Amino acid sequence: MYLSKLYGLLLICSLLLLGCGDTPLNNPYAESEQNQSIQYRSFSERPKHMDPAVSYSSNEYELIGQIYEPPLQYHYLDRPYRLIPLTAAKMPETRYLDGQGKIINGSGNSNDIAFTEYEIELQKGILYQPHPALAQDQNDYRYHNLQADELEHMTQLSDFSETGTRELVAEDYVYQIKRMVHPNIHSPIAELMKQYIVGLDEFAKQVATVDLQTFRALPISGVQVLDRYRYRIRIRGKYPQFKFWLAMPFFAPMPWEADVFYNQSGLTDNNISLDWYPIGTGPYMLEENNPNRRMVMARNPNFHDEYYPSTGEPEDADNGLLADAGKKLPFIDKAIFILEKENIPYWNKFLQGYYDMSGIASDSFDQAVQFSGDGLVELTPSMLKKQIKLQTAVTASISYIGFNMLDAVVGGTGQDARLLRRAISIAIDYEEYISIFTNGRGVAAQGILPPGIYGYELGEAGINTYLYDWVNGHAKRKSIDAAVSLMEQAGYAKGIDPRTGEPLILYLDTPASGPDSRARLNWYRKQFNKLGIQLVIRGTDYNRFQQKMRSGNAQIFMWGWNADYPDPENFFFLLYGPNGKVKNSGENAVNYQSPEFDRLFEQMRNMDNGPERLLLIQQLQQIIRQDAPWIFGYYPKAFSLYHHWFHNLKPNLMANNKLKYTRIDIEQRQIARQQWNQPVLWPLALVVILLILIVLQVLRVQRQRSRETIK
Amino acid sequence: MIQYIIRRFLYALPLLLGVNILTFVLFFIVNTPDDIARMQLGQKHVTEQAIDKWKQQRGYDLPLLVNDKAQGTDKLTQTIFYQKSVGLFMFRFGNSDSGRNILADIKQRMWPSLAIALPTLLVGLSVNISVALLMVLFRSTRLEFVMIVSCVVLMSISSLFYIIGGQFLLGKLLQLAPISGYGYGWDVLKFLILPVMIGIVSGIGTGSRWYRALFLEEVEKDYVRTARAKGLSETQVLFKHVLQNALIPILTGVVVVLPLLFMGSLIMESFFSIPGLGSYTIDAIQRQDFAIVRSMVFLGSVLYIFGLLLTDISYTLVDPRVRLS
Repeated sequence: MYLSKLYGLLLICSLLLLGCGDTPLNNPYAESEQNQSIQYRSFSERPKHMDPAVSYSSNEYELIGQIYEPPLQYHYLDRPYRLIPLTAAKMPETRYLDGQGKIINGSGNSNDIAFTEYEIELQKGILYQPHPALAQDQNDYRYHNLQADELEHMTQLSDFSETGTRELVAEDYVYQIKRMVHPNIHSPIAELMKQYIVGLDEFAKQVATVDLQTFRALPISGVQVLDRYRYRIRIRGKYPQFKFWLAMPFFAPMPWEADVFYNQSGLTDNNISLDWYPIGTGPYMLEENNPNRRMVMARNPNFHDEYYPSTGEPEDADNGLLADAGKKLPFIDKAIFILEKENIPYWNKFLQGYYDMSGIASDSFDQAVQFSGDGLVELTPSMLKKQIKLQTAVTASISYIGFNMLDAVVGGTGQDARLLRRAISIAIDYEEYISIFTNGRGVAAQGILPPGIYGYELGEAGINTYLYDWVNGHAKRKSIDAAVSLMEQAGYAKGIDPRTGEPLILYLDTPASGPDSRARLNWYRKQFNKLGIQLVIRGTDYNRFQQKMRSGNAQIFMWGWNADYPDPENFFFLLYGPNGKVKNSGENAVNYQSPEFDRLFEQMRNMDNGPERLLLIQQLQQIIRQDAPWIFGYYPKAFSLYHHWFHNLKPNLMANNKLKYTRIDIEQRQIARQQWNQPVLWPLALVVILLILIVLQVLRVQRQRSRETIK
Repeated sequence: MIQYIIRRFLYALPLLLGVNILTFVLFFIVNTPDDIARMQLGQKHVTEQAIDKWKQQRGYDLPLLVNDKAQGTDKLTQTIFYQKSVGLFMFRFGNSDSGRNILADIKQRMWPSLAIALPTLLVGLSVNISVALLMVLFRSTRLEFVMIVSCVVLMSISSLFYIIGGQFLLGKLLQLAPISGYGYGWDVLKFLILPVMIGIVSGIGTGSRWYRALFLEEVEKDYVRTARAKGLSETQVLFKHVLQNALIPILTGVVVVLPLLFMGSLIMESFFSIPGLGSYTIDAIQRQDFAIVRSMVFLGSVLYIFGLLLTDISYTLVDPRVRLS
């Protein structure tokens, strides 16, 4: 009796202990964080590289975009996308030179332009984040010559007690351009830039075997430091897209001290490297890098003055996006990126308020989003109850099906093959695909250019007349009869291959072969079957798939492209003949070759935006719509959800440095978290009581049985 | 005993070599050095020169197993297999293909794995033994029947269901623990509750039934009958005699898994975002990071062999009749 009373008392005490305190029991964060302006986000895959010369993935840019500052950036609110200075004092001065080095007019014939020069002037007084590589001790660098005993306990950057900073100078940008071609760095754009930047190729050959100090001192003929704050880049010919590269982390500054510091062998052995601990001038610095658990970006105390934009699109003011106009950036003190490999815990933690924003995975789509009677996307009542907001944006990317133009059946520029490709393009009903497999998250593509890219046209002018008709103000896919008729004209009446007398067999190569993809692949089979074509799926792993693509052994395949920058050149070059994958290992995966297309593309790529360029873009679109080397699949649409305490979020598919513009209302977040996460304790109490009862019962029965034995 | 240990150590060498060859062959059937380079360099704008340079710097430009162009022993030593394997036997794991020091990573990541595995093992062991003893105590009663059925039900449920169900029930519905994550210091405790509890509950069915079988075997032996004849109560018989004697197979079963506790759980760590060695291996496979894959397979094999050796030694410690020769 006494024991059971004691148990009861203990239980009540435990439950009281559990229930007390402000922090919900399921709060995954430290209690001290709850009143701080911290943004919580997740990531599912650890970034491979954080060295700006190497990094080239969107998940890496999400982090390093906040740390490294190239000279230019995209305006956060303006559309179409517009470049503005970031660390540059003004937009680069561009001048064009002929073969003799004489300045000429850039708007004339681009063939006369032998070189283009970009002169970039930096703002003065920009400082690097506090970093041990810059720590100085009596005019010498404190940590540039570390001894073995000092290195022993250095396992992370925060183990260095001293830090330092210095002013950003033009040499840092030039040094970074040199780093791109350093033999140990493996920058993915090194080969591309060698084609454009004058002297970079020669410099690469020169530095193949030199040490770091010599490497720094060697000049590149086309890249010059003019003075402390100005540098000049000379590129071959006219390449207007080069300024977009100047807004990418590849062209961010790198202090030479960083390389000297990180290249000490003891640090490398302890995994302290530039690829792991970046050093920049941006609004944030990487305070903790444990991508196996979390990465913490803290406000850079040395961040220069930058202010929230005061202009934007007309609707931005109504959407509250100009409420912080003119205020100093950044607003958030910290951003914590937490590893979430599985979607279920990530989604539930978003609903509990522990993540500020979330994407929508297919298995939680129905829980989050529904379609109204007129087909509009809206949030479900449960989301609205939590005041969750939805944001959608068509991405600057395209998902397509490619025909290998080297293939004997579907390839080539002959009329039969062209008609066959067009017939298949009509038969594959991408509107249905988007509705079934992407939950409506996509827009059927009318051409190669997605919305937001110069040259994209809305309405009747923008439709692919080979596949669509304009009916009652909408693009309507041509009927299957039109496709069947094209098949007849192509010599494949009812889908019969005249060479064999059997149904035409085509092969789709895909790395998607798991059970998840089965329904999707079956759907493709049915689409081809509408024309009497038998589609054979050749599933393979991604390595083999890539190998087939490189060797030209795939017949039909699915692929996609994400824009590097918002310019039509970055899409049309995917079909430019000299970029053929088989011949030149380029990005033209279908190995399309059309002299007329190539000629127009060469003209278009060097032009500034304007009516003349638009006309060329329309002609290019027309050629590829007619030749149909791609089935222009769809432009994926990104859906993201965010909580009502999260402000200043506007889709910007080009900017990498969006974090500094966002703001969190921590009070609202705290209230919501408390409301949504009240622990339910009674089942726990019930289980404990049940266990006690079972134990007591067992003891009672056992005592009874012992007595029976004695009897 | 020392001779025995040395002999076992020598036996282990060809075994480890075999495992290493198998890992190597399996990995390179699926991936080529070019694939590994492409994975590290990314997909866009990667040129053949960049791939060749990357392979050359990391020693992937050599032939896989036999170098026809080399002379003498170089035929075997100037190969990817030799260059990448020889360090393993000295526990020099080197750098991953992405450039990080593997040993430093292992040292860092084994602790979270251990933080989950150790309490799961210890608490799970106590719970399983208690349930098994309870079943033996109430053998041939309805209670035992209900418990056996419950065990079979628990055994039949997939471990994935336990994880998702546990996260849903305790993390989402009752909101008693964080759904996923990991912390530092004492903060880690709140993140351990759910995975440890799931680990224990999911193991009750199998563990209890196995221990029950061991106890039942002992219960029927003569010394137990003698103990009962001496007038000891059933509880005393079970706890003082049966448990002690059945501990030998239990102990050896536990000792064999002890070294492997460091290696972590693949699914559990993935679902709970625990930065342990289980997820390290999975990530490496997904990234085609051969350096990590071979190191982790090698380490797993070494630990398993070490576990078996420990088991043999533990036999001699708990049962004086066993001699290692």
